[in-house]
Amino acid sequence: MPPVPPAEIDASCRLPVLLLLFGSAGWLLLSSLFALLASLTFHVPAMFRGCSWLTYGHLQAANLNLMVYGFAIPAGLGVLLWLTGRLGRTTLALRECATLGALVWNFGVLAGLLGILSGNNTGFEWLEMPRTANGVLFASYALIGLAAVLTFHARREPQLYVSQWFILTAIFWFPWIFATATALLQCVPARGTMQAVVHFWYANNLSVIWLGFIGLAIIFYFLPKLIGRPLYSAKTAMTTFWVLAVCGCWGGIPHGSPVPAWMPSLSTMAAVLTVVPVLAVAVNYHKTLQGAQDKLKADVPLRFIQVAVISYVLAGLAGAISSLRPVAEITYFTHFTTALARLGLFGFFAMAVFGAVYYIVPRLTGLEFSRKLAWAHFGCAAAGLAFFVVPLGIGGVLQGLKLNDLDGVRRNLEEAGFMNLTAATLEFFRISTLGDLLILAGNFFFLLNLKLLAWRWCRARCLPALKGCCSRSESGEVTA
Amino acid sequence: MNQGPLIFLGSFLAMACSWFGLILMPQVQIGRQQAVLLPDTGQFYPAPRLGLAAQGAQVYRANGCYYCHSRAVRQATTLFNVTLAKLPKGDTPEAETELSKKVLLAVLQARPGINARAARGLIHTAPKPLLEKVPREQAELARGLIEKAGGKVAIEAQPEGADIARNWGRRRTVAADYLYDDPVMLGAQRIGPDLANLGARKMGEAGKTWNLWHLYDPKLGAQDSTMPPYAHLFKKQKIGRTPSPNALKLPASKIEKGYEIVPQREATALVAYLQSLRADASLFEAPTPKPPPEEAESRTPEQAAGGANPPAR
Repeated sequence: MPPVPPAEIDASCRLPVLLLLFGSAGWLLLSSLFALLASLTFHVPAMFRGCSWLTYGHLQAANLNLMVYGFAIPAGLGVLLWLTGRLGRTTLALRECATLGALVWNFGVLAGLLGILSGNNTGFEWLEMPRTANGVLFASYALIGLAAVLTFHARREPQLYVSQWFILTAIFWFPWIFATATALLQCVPARGTMQAVVHFWYANNLSVIWLGFIGLAIIFYFLPKLIGRPLYSAKTAMTTFWVLAVCGCWGGIPHGSPVPAWMPSLSTMAAVLTVVPVLAVAVNYHKTLQGAQDKLKADVPLRFIQVAVISYVLAGLAGAISSLRPVAEITYFTHFTTALARLGLFGFFAMAVFGAVYYIVPRLTGLEFSRKLAWAHFGCAAAGLAFFVVPLGIGGVLQGLKLNDLDGVRRNLEEAGFMNLTAATLEFFRISTLGDLLILAGNFFFLLNLKLLAWRWCRARCLPALKGCCSRSESGEVTA
Repeated sequence: MNQGPLIFLGSFLAMACSWFGLILMPQVQIGRQQAVLLPDTGQFYPAPRLGLAAQGAQVYRANGCYYCHSRAVRQATTLFNVTLAKLPKGDTPEAETELSKKVLLAVLQARPGINARAARGLIHTAPKPLLEKVPREQAELARGLIEKAGGKVAIEAQPEGADIARNWGRRRTVAADYLYDDPVMLGAQRIGPDLANLGARKMGEAGKTWNLWHLYDPKLGAQDSTMPPYAHLFKKQKIGRTPSPNALKLPASKIEKGYEIVPQREATALVAYLQSLRADASLFEAPTPKPPPEEAESRTPEQAAGGANPPAR
């Protein structure tokens, strides 16, 4: 069958993709607001005194879970629906199914958020939403995933591009890890530390595999597309895929956790092996971009993709190094892990999604974004990322060194005392609040840009229709 | 060639291997762990939390305490304490003297730096510690020397690490410590101190009072604390005919005249849970030396904030 023209593909997936992307932008703004509020409680601890909904634990849980389930997963789903259609050169299958899934997802996230704030959080950082919300999310995912799988199956382009490998794997990976984690942590809780193992496994699979794969799918598609050249080496990209799929899912269990020693050791081995695909991505990026750096100045999506790749490489290498035992002894339980998580989640995944959104939405709607707002978004996001990750990374390492200062504690040194330790790292934490503020500003510009575009789009489509209705009713004709 | 099924199969296998290795195998190993019977006390460890402490665990979870506090003690290494046992009685005084001489030589070799007089004193007043906090090789060497000379030693493991030096625990925490926890809240940050053994640091009524103060206003106990106050767990009420017996004893500057602060059920439950947090029983996989006889525990700066009265303001 002949391939479907791009305009038709875009028209077929417009509604569900726009719903997913717009919804995720809203949740992203809310998530960064919670992050800022959580950060501010370090400056003024009694800020939310007396309010049981806004304890630091709730703010932090809401921040992370909205970022993952409110923004990252639906945005990833939206982009992968579009990519599956475009790469397969076919229209989206089961459009109504995907649209329903996109709508229902937001209810799941809302239920989850209310659950967290009201004290029904589960106790597991990456899975804080209560069971009911998880059930709704799972059902929505199933609807959207089904549409994606059937679209993939109906593809008219027999040759698979690398991004499709990542997308196909990720579609099936999430239900398995999500169902396992929900079942073993919430429905039929495992005994004792087994819960911690399941949690670590789920968090690692979610970030390294699902978010990693979707982010890489975006990078491998948009980087060549925006530069106007083919990817440097598809074979290197495939190596990246296989090594990550085989090794990346074994990481995540930290040294120092109260589990049998073979688990952290296995995780360290896997984490060190993932240096290979990370460097492969760096090589692919560098060679593809070589000689075309001038395109970066003018193209907002490409800048976002660039930051995403750099963050991926840095986060991958830092993650591998910090999984080694001597380094883990210093970095575990410190701000360093927070910084690393933000680098991966925001620096890599969110930035890749932003780049994709700035490319996809104009093609779905036929309207352009405001360039000023887009560049303001980029500036704030990149600066915010730097102001967050760097101080917390350094502060975390200092915190870890002081926590492990056995000699200092033995000699009862004041600087080794816990209160002094907290005070010393507080300055770094305070700088990171600036990072949170900048990221919030950037996300605000992003949502504003989307809303303005939506407003213009609605005005362009709805006003003539309304006028048509009004003029027909005036002339006395029967209206539909 | 249709690569779709190949990719699906390959990634399915990768996923399945990971699930098998990190979900199924750990479940087989630690998922059906049972409580162990401690030979010293005859009690099962760990004891399941009941009543107020069990409810307190849910309050701990509901307030998100695990975002700032860890509950996992780490151990850098294990050192060993060697104790010289009392010498066995010989058949004749000459035999005893001979044995004593041999053991004296062995002690001088095992503990370089000790002089002969001190070594003789050690043997006569045995059982006495011979070596403290030495690496395994040195302990094994000492044991070999003493036993070859006819004496006997007892070796016990001494966990060592910064967490242990801070009095956050006597040993590292292991899987058995969390057996009945649901959910297991290990925590991921040490913005606040580790709480795995808070029950051993803040004991009795004094500990309960300290914990209630700390929840109501953390700056009462530690001026530089960045912990937010959990005032919603308490109720400010007018003092009736007589003050409530549960009311917090606060400095006059901290409470309005005629009012009192009474902990709600959630606060009491949370404190009961915090005081139940102990992970110091000696286990096969994490042995600890026997605790010293009942005497005042040595205090580190971390403990200095505890006490029966808040600082005067």
